[in-house]
Amino acid sequence: MTTLTADTQSKIDHWVAKFPPDRKRSAVIQALTAAQDQNGGWLSKELITDVAAYLDIPAAWAYEVASFYSLFHLEPCGRNKVALCTNISCWLRGANDLASYMEKKLGIEMGETTEDGRITLVQEEECLAGCVGAPMMIVNGHYHENLDEKKVDEILDGLS
Amino acid sequence: MSETPVTTDTVTIEIDGVEMEAPKGSMIIEAADKAGITIPRFCYHEKLSIAANCRMCLVDVEKAPKPLPACATPVMDGMKVYTQSKRAQSAQQNVMEFLLINHPLDCPICDQGGECELQDVSMGFGRSASRFTERKRVVKDENLGSLISTEMTRCIHCTRCVRFLDEISGTNELGGIGRGDRTFISTFIERSIDSELSGNIIDLCPVGALTNKPFRFTARSWELRAKPAIANFDCVGSNLHYHTRRGKILRSVPRDNEAVNESWLSDRDRWGFHGLEGDDRVTAPLLRRDGEWHEVSWREALDFAADKLKASGNSGFLLSPNASNEELYLAQKLARGLGSHNVDHRLRERDLSDQASLGTAPGLGQSLAELATNDAVFLVGANVRHEQPLIGHRVRQAWRSGAKIYSLSSRDYANHFELSETLLVPPAELVATLAGVAAALNVKADGALAELVGGAQTSDSAKRVAEGLRAAESATVLLGHVALTSDRAATLRALCHAICEAAGATYAEPPLGANGIGAWQLGAVPHRLAGGADAPAGGMNAREMLASELDLALVYDLEPMLDTAEGTQATERLTRIPTVIHIGPFLTPEVQQYADVILPLAPLPECEGSLTNLAGLVQGSAAAQKPPGEARPGWKILKALADTAEVAGFDYVDFVTVHEAVLGELKNLEARDYQQPVELGSASAGEGLSVLLETPIYAGSSVVRRSQPLQETAHGEHGYISVHSETMAAAGLAVGEIAVNAGEDPIHVLLRADDALAPGTVRVTAGTAAASGLVAETFLKLVAEADE
Repeated sequence: MTTLTADTQSKIDHWVAKFPPDRKRSAVIQALTAAQDQNGGWLSKELITDVAAYLDIPAAWAYEVASFYSLFHLEPCGRNKVALCTNISCWLRGANDLASYMEKKLGIEMGETTEDGRITLVQEEECLAGCVGAPMMIVNGHYHENLDEKKVDEILDGLS
Repeated sequence: MSETPVTTDTVTIEIDGVEMEAPKGSMIIEAADKAGITIPRFCYHEKLSIAANCRMCLVDVEKAPKPLPACATPVMDGMKVYTQSKRAQSAQQNVMEFLLINHPLDCPICDQGGECELQDVSMGFGRSASRFTERKRVVKDENLGSLISTEMTRCIHCTRCVRFLDEISGTNELGGIGRGDRTFISTFIERSIDSELSGNIIDLCPVGALTNKPFRFTARSWELRAKPAIANFDCVGSNLHYHTRRGKILRSVPRDNEAVNESWLSDRDRWGFHGLEGDDRVTAPLLRRDGEWHEVSWREALDFAADKLKASGNSGFLLSPNASNEELYLAQKLARGLGSHNVDHRLRERDLSDQASLGTAPGLGQSLAELATNDAVFLVGANVRHEQPLIGHRVRQAWRSGAKIYSLSSRDYANHFELSETLLVPPAELVATLAGVAAALNVKADGALAELVGGAQTSDSAKRVAEGLRAAESATVLLGHVALTSDRAATLRALCHAICEAAGATYAEPPLGANGIGAWQLGAVPHRLAGGADAPAGGMNAREMLASELDLALVYDLEPMLDTAEGTQATERLTRIPTVIHIGPFLTPEVQQYADVILPLAPLPECEGSLTNLAGLVQGSAAAQKPPGEARPGWKILKALADTAEVAGFDYVDFVTVHEAVLGELKNLEARDYQQPVELGSASAGEGLSVLLETPIYAGSSVVRRSQPLQETAHGEHGYISVHSETMAAAGLAVGEIAVNAGEDPIHVLLRADDALAPGTVRVTAGTAAASGLVAETFLKLVAEADE
């Protein structure tokens, strides 16, 4: 039995319909995203296997994708995902200092989740294509640019 | 044939100052390989897709701003390539340095040491010292099963194994997990690799990440001698090298032969030889005196056997279809020299009624490479992946280039190609369904066949199969082992031939065993002499021999209980025959029960011999291993037996003279075409359950059955009866052990549910002690009784 909910299945169907019938593999990122959303933000091996079975592709193909992108989480994580870019542009504009600041503020290291399950600092996020507003981060899918400590405080404190 | 534009267009390029022509669109590395110019590489392999991820093949191309990968850069007219320039060398050195960053320096304890592409390329193109001072990473190992050993920290991510399993074996069992410097190769969920071609990733791996598990830590590559041999576990006749040390085979590797196995080897061919290590080998001639077994001299054993042969008035010869041409030729010559035409190698076949109308020998009807170029392939009662893994591979090749594959079977096999149409019916309905396809093609038929086709119902699926075969420019109808061993084999064969004729398709019948073709050509059938001429009438086939009152039987390299259609019944019948001469490599309780004299055999690859593959290629195989004790090659035993029995015509002096005699017979082979048989077996009613007799992939011969590494794989477990879960419920049966009363003692057989079976099918695994044909019959009776 699949662990995918009816809602997830209909989301996957929506994406599968956009590709030729023999190219279901193309929908794997969207399918994994939908599966991740139904599961509190992370993908279990079982879910990945079920996504693969649903798309009729080998499980290894789905797992390759799930393990490649930092958008996918393979361990349980917090309610809010904070992904600070530390790639070159952001780094030159002080992202590493911000990273240390966030770690100290939350009492966790990159890749960890606060004890109350409120925030996960996403491990080693690479360039998110927001160099124009470096340093920047993505919080639950939304871009926040030109960060400084004050702005970070506001954003993090506003997360429930 | 698929429409591929012919690209005769070539361009002129220059590599290292050498001017050459190369086909448009080909890659620099192909041109360099052809010209013998060395370009180092790890990920590139001519049989796999281009990944260009190792960057080892970077070369300097004039006017290009930076070094380009030779494996992924197409040739252009006037291109000048330098593989030795300063820029090329510097690029190679730098890539090599990167590749070695995380590679452990454990060559002294690595099995790949001495035959490692990384070592070689590092020596040839790397720096002598590494500048890397940071921590190296470690990757967790995986258990891939009993055949492949892993040391994933050594992996350099060339992805050859991933691409092989995706593209060639079609099982997609490995993936590149993670990203960047944390990438690793894994099965995702810890599991074994179950592809029947899995061993090839060992050869493909350029480093020591994937190595041969049974061979692990046994020898260094430079201690080994390579003996060119032919695999004798199926009729493909794959070319391989047995690697030996001090007269013992330690491993096998493929020997490239584009016409046969390309550069691949099936797992059965690679690890089958381990069966010869079994601890039940016969090491000296054995003679039964007053019910006790005694080790005796060859002389005494031969005298005993020859006396019995001379005295016999009605002898029968049961021969292994895996024996070499020379053995089969001499064995049938001995039989006929003694006046007996009771000779047969068709041990598992149940319906031999059409033998007089068959062609010279079965076979593929085309080359293996041609099989891969068909536009349509119709598999009739065939589990090609398991019957001959490399034929399965060719069918997959055809499918990958656009061929439509159709199947008629009683089980929905886990194929590595997609079926355009699946005719899934219980065994009792195979004939009627195939007749439906024949009817849709309006085949020419007379007599019994015409009646059968005339009365056939044609389903829409059958019509589509017929249409697909007719529309294809080149098509093949392949009669598989399930069909060959069915009790309606003659009828299925007649229908397939008629379909081929009507649709313009090629008829293919890969024989059972490694040398079924050679056996037919060299007279190891009762009704044909060596060379294919008619034999005097009256010779009995294997089934008839076992059902009749012989006064002597010669059993050559088989285990009757497991290798014949009769199963345990064969043992009982042989036990009743006054004298049984057994020539074989193994001493089993069964042999000791029926035999009177046991002559120890050194089978292939412990002896020289030739085998004829399904495309008609006669290939010689060297003796690779020293036989244990006093075991002797079959041709020597048969010649000594004939000499002692004073049978004329055995004045061979060595192997070569026997081989020449064989070649002489093959040169004058009588060409015969298949004739539609006048009579066909009567149609059995398609009611109730019917039996599908299938030989599991690692149960087909005595040697393979003893190969420990193969038996420990996922395919090694057999010896059970299975039915569809609906059928099971309807018959009131449950999964678990059941007692089937075959003969005197009840046999306990495991009953399983298998929903890949057509409802109404009882699948019995042949070649296993617990599940012979007899068990199947009694099982059916059991179900019938339960119904009443």
